[in-house]
Parts: sequence; C-alpha cells; structure tokens
Amino acid sequence: MEAFLHQVLSGLATGGIYAIVALALVMIYQATHLVNFAQGEMAMFSTYLAWTMIDAGVPYWPAFAATVALSFVLGIAIERIVIRPVEKAPVLAVVIVFIGLLVILNSVAGWIYTYTIKSFPSPFPTHRILGGYVSAHELGVMAVTMGVLVLLFVFFRFTPLGLAMRAAAQNPVSSRLVGIRVGWMLALGWGLAAAVGAVAGMMVAPIVFLDPNMMAGILLYGFAAALLGGIDNPAGAVFGGFVVGVLENLAGAYLVGTELKLTVALVLIVGVLVMRPSGLFGRVLVTRV
Amino acid sequence: MDMTDRTWRRIGLAALLALACLLPFLVSSYRTFQLTSALSYAIALLGLNILTGYNGQISLGHGAFYAIGAYVAAILMDRFGVPYWATLPAAGAVCLVIGFLFGLPALRLEGLYLALATFALALATPQILKYKLLEDWTGGVQGIVILKPDPPFGLPLDQDQWLYFFTLVVAIVMFWLGRNLLAGRIGRALVAIRDHPIAAETMGVDTAFYKATTFGVSALYTGVAGALGAIVIQFVAPDSFTLFLSITLLVGIVVGGLASISGALWGALFIQFVPNVADHISKAAPWAIYGLFLIAFMYLMPTGIAGFLRTLAARLTRRPSRR
Amino acid sequence: MTPILEARGLTAGYGPSPVLHSLDFAVPAGGVTTILGANGAGKTTTLRAVSGLIRATGEVRLAGERIDRLAAEDVARRGVAHVPDGRGTFVALSVEENLRLGAYTRRDPGGVARDMERVYGLFPVLAERRRQQAGTLSGGEQQMLAISRALMLRPSLLLLDEPSFGLAPLIVREIFRIMRTVNESEGVAILLVEQNASLALGLASRAYLLETGRVVVAGSAAELGANDAIRRSYLGY
Repeated sequence: MEAFLHQVLSGLATGGIYAIVALALVMIYQATHLVNFAQGEMAMFSTYLAWTMIDAGVPYWPAFAATVALSFVLGIAIERIVIRPVEKAPVLAVVIVFIGLLVILNSVAGWIYTYTIKSFPSPFPTHRILGGYVSAHELGVMAVTMGVLVLLFVFFRFTPLGLAMRAAAQNPVSSRLVGIRVGWMLALGWGLAAAVGAVAGMMVAPIVFLDPNMMAGILLYGFAAALLGGIDNPAGAVFGGFVVGVLENLAGAYLVGTELKLTVALVLIVGVLVMRPSGLFGRVLVTRV
Repeated sequence: MDMTDRTWRRIGLAALLALACLLPFLVSSYRTFQLTSALSYAIALLGLNILTGYNGQISLGHGAFYAIGAYVAAILMDRFGVPYWATLPAAGAVCLVIGFLFGLPALRLEGLYLALATFALALATPQILKYKLLEDWTGGVQGIVILKPDPPFGLPLDQDQWLYFFTLVVAIVMFWLGRNLLAGRIGRALVAIRDHPIAAETMGVDTAFYKATTFGVSALYTGVAGALGAIVIQFVAPDSFTLFLSITLLVGIVVGGLASISGALWGALFIQFVPNVADHISKAAPWAIYGLFLIAFMYLMPTGIAGFLRTLAARLTRRPSRR
Repeated sequence: MTPILEARGLTAGYGPSPVLHSLDFAVPAGGVTTILGANGAGKTTTLRAVSGLIRATGEVRLAGERIDRLAAEDVARRGVAHVPDGRGTFVALSVEENLRLGAYTRRDPGGVARDMERVYGLFPVLAERRRQQAGTLSGGEQQMLAISRALMLRPSLLLLDEPSFGLAPLIVREIFRIMRTVNESEGVAILLVEQNASLALGLASRAYLLETGRVVVAGSAAELGANDAIRRSYLGY
C-alpha cells in the first residue's frame, strides 16, 4: 500500500511536467489548430540556455527567469520567421515544417553542446520528505506547475491581452474588426508556449538529465495528456497531465516495467484518438482535412 | 508532341537502366553497397509516397514498418534458415497486414491526428524492439547479425555486385507495379480522396477501404525495403529504427517530390549520399541540413526535385515550338 | 463640410475578376447613408472593401484621410466599426467579454466603463445576460450585441451589414429605432447596407442603388423612395 501511494505521488510529480507540456501544446492548438511537433525540442533548447547561464555562474533563479524571457522571444521569432509563411498551407506542409524545426533544434543543440549527458541542478533539495513518500524536488515541481497554471489562468481570464488572444483564436475576422492585430496574437501564443515549455524543460532536466533527445518521451506524454483532457481545453489538459503521469507510473511499476514507457504513451494516444477523439473535456474535435 | 514525349521518356529510362547496370563495374564495392542501400530506400520512399504524397495520409512513423520488414527478414534468416530472397515476400506480407490493421483505427484520424499517432509509433518502436519478452526473437539491444548472400549459379560477380543487381531487379518490379497502380483508376481515386474527401465519398469511392488498403500497401513497400536494407547491411538493431529514420524517409519524399514516382529515386539518392558528405563537417550536420532542406523545400520547391525537373523539361521542350 | 466617408472609383473582389466596379459614394458627417441592392449586388463586398477586410483599388477617405491602404485592424483603430454579416459574435465568450473586446483599442478605462453602462441602457436585455455565453443568445440579441460591440469602439463611423437579416419585424423595428437614437443624439455616422429598402430609406438621408457591382441610382433617400423602378423592385408597392 505504501509503495502504491508512493507510485501515485511521484506520478503526480511527473504528471505536473506533462501538464505543463500539454498546456504549451494546447496554447498553440487553440490559436492555430495545429499540433507543434517541435514543442519538446524547443523546451530542450531552452533548458540548454539555462544550463549555459548556470554553468557560467549565474544563480539558479535569475537564470530561470532569463531563460523564460529568452524562450518567449525565441518563440515569437520562430512564429514570425518559420511558421508565418506556411500559416495557410495544407496540413502536410505545416507538419513537415514542424518536423524540420524539430530536427534543426535537435541537431543544433547536439552541435553546440554535444550529445553527452549533462546534469542539471534542481532549485529544490533532493532529500525525501513527508515520510519519504515524495522528494522535495517532486514537491517543488508540483508547486511550480500550479504556479504556472494560476498565472496563465489569470492572464487569459482577466487581462485585456489574454482576452484578445482568446478572441483572435476563436474569430480572427471579428477580432481584426475590433482592432486586434491577429498575427501578433498568434506570435504571442507561440512565445507563451515556448516560455511555458522552458519551465517544463528546466523542471524535468534534473530527473532525466540534459541531452538533446531528453524531451522526446516527455513530449509524447504531453500529447497523450492534451488529447486525454481535450486538446482545446487548458484545464482538461492539465488534468490529463496528472492522470497520464500517475498511469505511467502505475503501469511501469505493476504492468509492463519501465522499458515500455513510450509504448504506454503510444497506446494511450491511439486509444484516446480512436475511442474519444474530443478527450474527456474537449469540445467536438475540429479537424482540418 | 505526345509521341515524342513518350519516346524521350523511353530513351531516358533505357539510358538510366544501362547506367544502373554498368555502375557496379565502374565504382568501388563500398560505393556499390551504398547504391544498393539507396535502391532499398527508393522502394521505401515509393511506399511512403503512395500513402502521404498520393493519398494525403501523413505518416511520421514509417520507420516502424521499415523496422518490421528488417526484423522479419533477419529473424527468418537467423532463426529459421530461410533463404534471403524468400524473406522479402514474407516481410511484405507481414507489413501489409500490420499496416492495414494500423490503418483501420487511423481511418478515423484526419491529417494532424494521424501524424500524431504515427509520430508516437516512431518513438515507441526502438523500445518495443528491445523489449525483453521479445528478446529470444529480436536479440534485444544486441540485434541480429546476418550473413551476406553469395551470388548464385556461379555468376562472375562479387557479393556486393550480386546484391546490387538483386535489389535492382526487386526495385524495378516494385516501381513497375507501383506505376501501374498509381497511373490508373486507383491512383486517381487516391488523389481524389486526398484533395476532395467528401466529394470522393459522394461519388462512390469507398474511402475507408481505400485508405486502410493504401496504408497496408504502403507498409508492404516499406517492409520489403526494410528487409532488403537488413540483408544489405547484414545487421539489425533497435537503435537503427528511431524517430530519425522515419524523419529521414519524410525528408526523402519531400526532397524527391511528393506524389511523384521518380521522386522516390531522387529522394533515395539524397538521403543516401548527402549525410555522407555532411558527416565530415560534424555529427549533427546531416540533421541540420535535413531540417533546413525540409523547410526550404516546403517554401521554395514544394514539388521537390522531380517537380523541378518536370518544369525544367517542359521549359526546354516548349522553347523551340514557340518560335 | 468634408464627408466622414468618401469612396471614389472603389473596385474590389475576391479573385481575379472584381465584384465592385468603380463605385463612388459618400457618407456625410453625422449622416446616414444606405446602399440598397439585391442579393449578390456587392453590398457586403463594399463594406469589406471600406473596412480593409479585402484588398481594393480606388480611393477611400475617412474625414479626408486616405484609408484604402490600411489593414482592417488599423481602419478599426481610426474609429470605423464594422458590424459584419452574420454578426461576428465571439460565441464562446461571455456577453461582457464581447463588449470589452469592442473597446480593445481604447485606453480610457473610465470611458469604457461608462460606455458599457450606456449600451446596457440601450439594450437592457444584454445587461441581464452579461455573464452568459454569447453563442447562447437569440439572433436578435446577437445583433444587438454586435451593434453594442461596435459602439464600444466609440466609432465616428458605423458600418452595418443587413442588421435586419433573419429577425422578427418587431425586433428589427426596435434595432432601427435605437440606431436612429445613436445617430441623432451622438452624431455617429452610419453606412447601412440593406435588402429591406423601406426600413433603410426611413433611416437614411442619402441612398445608392447597387446592381451587379455598379451604382445605378444615387440621390437623397426621398428621391430614391419616389423612384418608380425602385418602388417596384425593392419596396413592393
């Protein structure tokens, strides 16, 4: 029973990371109805930026803040330069551009930082607390997740800019008629997704270690989480993240072992897509044929 | 005009074939080996192009079918002593069935979601191949080593040359079949489903059946290619079949030309030889180049090399008639 | 006095062949102009060309300044509020959020709050439903919301695309009554596109008749109301 509880708790901790990644995916999906296959590599790249700063002697939290800000700017730049020209292109072209972006980020990171695994510091102590059920890092991750969620909720719900972003995603023509610069709202969405992804990368790097391929599995679980919760529903995606985190841990401990983690994600993704394509809380899935 | 076009194409094909037959006697055995591997890629690319280029179903996971084909061949040869040539139909058949089955749920997934599901498949493939319960068959992380076949009937060829001609014949047969499939009614139905899914349905095209079957046939091609690839390289291991193999195949059809048969050949030469050149710069360089090419082709040359050559040829033949 | 809106040689369309052929029309400062015409005459296209939603050639001047090269969001920022066909409701947002979006470009929170109360005064039913999702409103309520959203911009010119479309006569009369109030008491100029000619001529001072993308009759609303051809084809008496 204690072991079970421990599995659930640490599942919730990794689930927090999946929730953040899912949130980043949902943000871009809501604005553009596209799934960003390069989201994981963007987060990986951001984490390397943080590593560079910390390695150069910058204290953790200033480096964290700078990384989030830098990622925000990079996300906007990527949307403006790479994504904008194919905005109205067929899905296949957009997917190919996303994959191109994924490959470029992955190889540039490998080029600059090599493929050797690096350790990444956690801002939280590593010892176990609460009777050994959960590590301080895991608890810290959960707190950061909740912080990100609350910030995003407040931003989208209560600020004029957040409202404008929601409006632009929903009805671009009407948005232009009230004076919203829709193109910039999309870019802003990319910036936010990149910033949020950076947080996920920095939270997960102390656990999985830093290397150019570190986000592949996490992105896959992020997909599963977003789909499970409903890919157009931010709150659902977060819930999906925690559920998927716990499922992953329980499946790893009691069913298939850790060697098939990615297969569990594959089964989850295909299962949700086939059985309940709008997710648990999503509106009816809109597909661009 | 139509006649001369066709005549020119025949002359071109004959010249290409003659060149293909001569090449292994002109270049080193290592180059011959590379050309053989490029031919097997070409078959895989034709398979992916049937699905993604012609039928519009995005697959980011065709490396999985390549892997299945490779492992079927390796396991049959290594564990059951099946001759190498007999593994190709087996690999094709297994992939046809698995592809069709994967295609069934995939039917309900439009565009992006199919891309997502196949992306997940590509990421999960190496793990499944390493899984310990399958280890007796797959050899786990170590993989399987297989032997290079000798030329039959006392032919005066070395092993690499023989394998090259064997692959060439398989490739010609697969391309000929593919061309006949795509040039006729079925090809038109596939394109109709891609471009006007609802109209195709109302005009009586059985969209569901076509899509699942296309998935199966596409997987068959890729599986045969995988089997050939395994025989050529004499080795299969899980880490050869990562997401990046699937992306390599995607690069191949984009660079070669989406929805083009000859594009598969250009794409195969590209993915075989460009990384070799780029490797000298850095380990990461081939991938950086792949990524740049993916994006650049989508912006500047969305019809790929094949499309570029087509417009070039059209321009060259049109010029005299205009004057 | 310079007209608030003046178009000269306005030509526009969606593909290679234009829908509008060199239109000339004007809205006097503080006045109401209507453009009449059958389905497909080019009325909606005219409004889209003015507000910058589609590309157009020719000149469009707002209070003397060229706006024909501006993007839609910049035309809006100059005080032109376009109530599009189909009403353009943000269906998943609340009524109040729709109104806040109308005032998106304004930087005077106090004024915005006052205007919010003012449109609630004009359309009390919206005040009752301020927390409700806009997509759940009835057609008439959505039209009221669309007009209110436009008013939140504090426009100098209101472009209205068939506000009577698909609504019960009683509601249409109510909406036109309020538009008259808005025009008369606040001096908001209106360019109204309508199929319902008698209603439109009752509100407008100037009128144009559009047929297949060309102005065929122009004059005061009274003149057009007295024109036999128009009476027969558009007024039905």
